[in-house]
Amino acid sequence: MRSLPRIEIVGPVAEAWNRMPRSARWLATLVLVGFLFLLPNLTIPVIDTPGSDFASVLFFPVGIYVLIALGLNVVVGEAGLLDLGYVAFFAIGGYAMALLGTETGIPFVLILPLGILASMAGGLILGTPTLRLRGDYLAIVTLGFGEIIRIIARNTDSIGGPRGINQIPHPPSVGGLKFGVIDPKPYYWLLLVIIILVTLLVRNLQRSRVGRAWTAIREDEDAAELMGVPTFKYKLWAFAIGAGIGGSGGVLYASKVISITPDNFLFILSILFLSAVVLGGSGNMPGVILGAVVVAYLPERFRGFSEYRELVFGAVLVAMMVFRPQGLLPSRRRAAELRRGDQSPDDAVGGEVATT
Amino acid sequence: MYGVLRLINFANSEIFMIGTSGALVGTSLLGITLADPTQTGLGLALALLVCLVVSMAMGGAGAVLLELLAYRPLRRRGAPRLSFLISAIGSSLFLAELFARPQLLGRDRRPVPEMVDHAALFSFKGAIVSLDKVIVVVAALIMMVVIDQFVRRSRLGRGIRAVAQDPETATLMGVNIDRVVTLTFLLGGIMAGAAGLLYEVRFPGTKFDIGFIFGIKSFTAAVLGGIGNLRGALLGGIVLGLLEAFGGAVFGSQWIDVIGFTILVVILMFRPTGLLGESLGQARA
Repeated sequence: MRSLPRIEIVGPVAEAWNRMPRSARWLATLVLVGFLFLLPNLTIPVIDTPGSDFASVLFFPVGIYVLIALGLNVVVGEAGLLDLGYVAFFAIGGYAMALLGTETGIPFVLILPLGILASMAGGLILGTPTLRLRGDYLAIVTLGFGEIIRIIARNTDSIGGPRGINQIPHPPSVGGLKFGVIDPKPYYWLLLVIIILVTLLVRNLQRSRVGRAWTAIREDEDAAELMGVPTFKYKLWAFAIGAGIGGSGGVLYASKVISITPDNFLFILSILFLSAVVLGGSGNMPGVILGAVVVAYLPERFRGFSEYRELVFGAVLVAMMVFRPQGLLPSRRRAAELRRGDQSPDDAVGGEVATT
Repeated sequence: MYGVLRLINFANSEIFMIGTSGALVGTSLLGITLADPTQTGLGLALALLVCLVVSMAMGGAGAVLLELLAYRPLRRRGAPRLSFLISAIGSSLFLAELFARPQLLGRDRRPVPEMVDHAALFSFKGAIVSLDKVIVVVAALIMMVVIDQFVRRSRLGRGIRAVAQDPETATLMGVNIDRVVTLTFLLGGIMAGAAGLLYEVRFPGTKFDIGFIFGIKSFTAAVLGGIGNLRGALLGGIVLGLLEAFGGAVFGSQWIDVIGFTILVVILMFRPTGLLGESLGQARA
């Protein structure tokens, strides 16, 4: 990594960021990372979560949501493929961890890549027959895939059926870090490391040939194909990489929670992940991270109002889309699209997908 | 509705749920109680009619409110497609939770008086035919014919088709898009409300989250037949229902949803725009 990115956000913060000298950007990044590592040890009055342990909340849902939203962002934000069943990959990762952990003696450091591979395989299995479909057809098929994975888990007795899998082992302790039942901090730190790695991976992909191909596909698939971009191959790549990231989230989640059941992987999670991506600003990583934090954190913060939580969440989603449809931190390209969109009645009815 | 907006209206399933609660409102208006629910003859026809009107009105009103509050502002701004989806999901969540308030439906299943006698009228080669089934099938057929003819022949129907084909040109030709879209929502809401009531005739009882699985199923059926193609949706619904029923009998009922989606994937592999193709205009030419 030779230079820090010019972060793709619009607005005064981004401009200030891009004007800063490189050394200052490095410093700011280091301070931010350091702050994130210290976060579970701090008790900050306003952002604490009454009614649940703050460090636990940081791991799940906040951290896991961030990781998964980053993965989904590859599929939805980069390649523009609408996936309504993303929870499937989270589930595959979780079940890979649970099965390999309980049935075999494979150490955690191997289970993690195996779980990621399993999810990627799932992505390929889903993608190969379905990625020729466009837009909403793809959306409904992915939605179906998410449900199929959950139902298979529920109906297969050898992987616990509706009761799921119990006694999933924790990762082994490394030095002073003990991955036990009580202290959630080591899990959070591990997750944070993985999130940072994923962020770097995705950012480098964005700026590579693959990333440019994704952008081309998202903007106009037919044109991309005509320009010689092997669209099917790159769409499959997006699916597999997104699936792998989702799977890593599943592995980490299962490694902490001891037991998982099919009901941990309901359709509503796919919706929440997608909300996180769109709410934050599809295609822009800082935005997506912020969106995931908001979607995961707000319900925990306002546990006291749990009766009205989902009611308010639904209303917030609508209000958000009405008043700021580009997301909290839109990507620069997307903001430009929106300004253009103001004049196009074609977009005005929501017609963006090619109708061949 | 789907064909016009090119939008997965997740909230439509909640309109269906509102329709089912319309049965609750209708019966209590008429003083039909759980203890003595069964009506006969003219009384039954009248009761059904009142409930139908209530359900349709509630469904239509709900759908129009939805369009005004959750969709129109987005359309005005030319928001990306994903925003429509999220807005739909948000309003779906909101409506379901709203009806889960104790003042409305509450979180538990609410029984609805069983207006129509479920006893068998006669049986035909082992198939039991009862009055409620007859009413549902006949009413569904009537609704389908009416909506099909409406979209094909009426002035508004022509407007709907025009907007579906090409919103820009439709505007140039003097079609008021906002009006057409609102009326389409009204129509869709009325249909969903009526469907809700019909469901109550066969399976009395409703719950705040009853709409979800129906939304998924009906959307699957629509995609199976070809997006925006009414007859395709009908065919898709029948194919999906039959294959799921057969598949469920062969593999066990817990696999029904897997079968349904597998069928969908297989069919879309060979016909990527559904059984009857998608274009609203072409299909009716």
